Amino acid sequence: MKDTVLRTPLKAINWSRLQDDKDLEVWNRLTVNFWLPEKVPLSNDVPSWATLRPEERELTIRVFTGLTLLDTVQNTIGAPAMMPDAQTPHEEAVLSNISFMEAVHARSYSSIFSTLCLTKEVDEAFRWSEENPHLQAKARLILEEYKAGSDPLKRKIASVFLESFLFYSGFYLPMYWSSRAKLTNTADLIRLIIRDEAVHGYYIGYKYQRALEKLPEARQQELKDFAFALMFDLYEIEQKYTAELYDGIGLTEDVKAFLHYNANKALQNLGYEALFPPQACEVNPAILAALSPDSENHDFFSGSGSSYVIGKAVATEDEDWDF
Amino acid sequence: MSGLVYYSSGSGNTARFMAQLGLPAQRIPIRMDDPVPMPDRPYVLICPTYADGEGRGAVAKPVIRFLNDPARRALIRGVIASGNRNFGATYACAGEVIASKCNVPVLYRFELAGTETDLARIRAGLEKFWGALCLTP
Ligand SMILES: [Fe+2]
Ligand SMILES: [Fe+2]
Repeated sequence: MKDTVLRTPLKAINWSRLQDDKDLEVWNRLTVNFWLPEKVPLSNDVPSWATLRPEERELTIRVFTGLTLLDTVQNTIGAPAMMPDAQTPHEEAVLSNISFMEAVHARSYSSIFSTLCLTKEVDEAFRWSEENPHLQAKARLILEEYKAGSDPLKRKIASVFLESFLFYSGFYLPMYWSSRAKLTNTADLIRLIIRDEAVHGYYIGYKYQRALEKLPEARQQELKDFAFALMFDLYEIEQKYTAELYDGIGLTEDVKAFLHYNANKALQNLGYEALFPPQACEVNPAILAALSPDSENHDFFSGSGSSYVIGKAVATEDEDWDF
Repeated sequence: MSGLVYYSSGSGNTARFMAQLGLPAQRIPIRMDDPVPMPDRPYVLICPTYADGEGRGAVAKPVIRFLNDPARRALIRGVIASGNRNFGATYACAGEVIASKCNVPVLYRFELAGTETDLARIRAGLEKFWGALCLTP
């Protein structure tokens, strides 16, 4: 009898039948960009680590445990929570890649710790991360939206804010050290994480926009209001978290400009306009340069270039070009 | 004053940027079977970047197809590239690829859908750029 019961067939994923080309495009990006922390020679930073003052070392370890917490949340809860919401089987596969890379990110911070720090210092910082009210509060606000039964689109908003905004109070510090020629290998590793997060934020934001455009206007407005309200709440917490971490070395205002700049970019990933005005987003040029080193600045229109710069040879897929 | 041609994919960042810029522009379609615009005067190309970690695949295929046509390519005068600084060394590198292929300058780079500052600089920059080109015999 059992065999006569009608069942929905279980479906195998077919990558030759795409419903959304973006799934394959992002899958290819993510898999080509795959990396492991062992690829980065972190031990070269040992001498540089020794030049940091004790409070600078403590700050750095704390910042990295904070980042570890967010990657842990995204690995074990965030990315898996978005899988049942996926619109295509390929989207689920991309999310499984994202989930795994979050585990690699979380793992990387421990590679930094085991290379540079004493076990005792690291244990102390992990304890700090469990007790810090601001860090706990921001993670909890995100988790609220990851809960089963909550709105799938609000979940995507929360995910984009975690990946494109909440990480940056932490990412600031290794970029700052690298701009002063300190911990440069650690910065190389962090840049790999930043690159992954940019693809994650872009992809989830893209899926959000595809789903949003099918909804009636009232619902679109409700979600937009929710997004801006959540950004305000997270920013409130981030401000306090930032002050607590960076007041000691006098960098709080510099970090805040970086927060505003990244909050605007997170909103743009969702298809929304900027929240913070340009004056509030004037990021220290040394930090911008640390984010994209070797990317030459051909800023002809802002008057810094005296002559035209013609691009130099860059890797291209030559088979596509006819000339 | 001359033309603008742009490409924007499903994330719509460049399309939102162009809407804000408010200058007449032709859009290169995403779908390969949609008609490709034929500019009738010199233009600046505004193009996002899709590179992987090594800089490969920076320029979207519809843009490559557009530029592969000698008549369309003959009218390009410069490129404005967008991207995300979080991609490090490959930030907005579609601009450099197109510039070296077409032998035209990279005029400006901006992130995602741009900022008010970017819009102001590009408006002023384009005006000056076309003015200077008109004076060149
Ligand atoms: Fe991550
Ligand atoms: Fe991520």
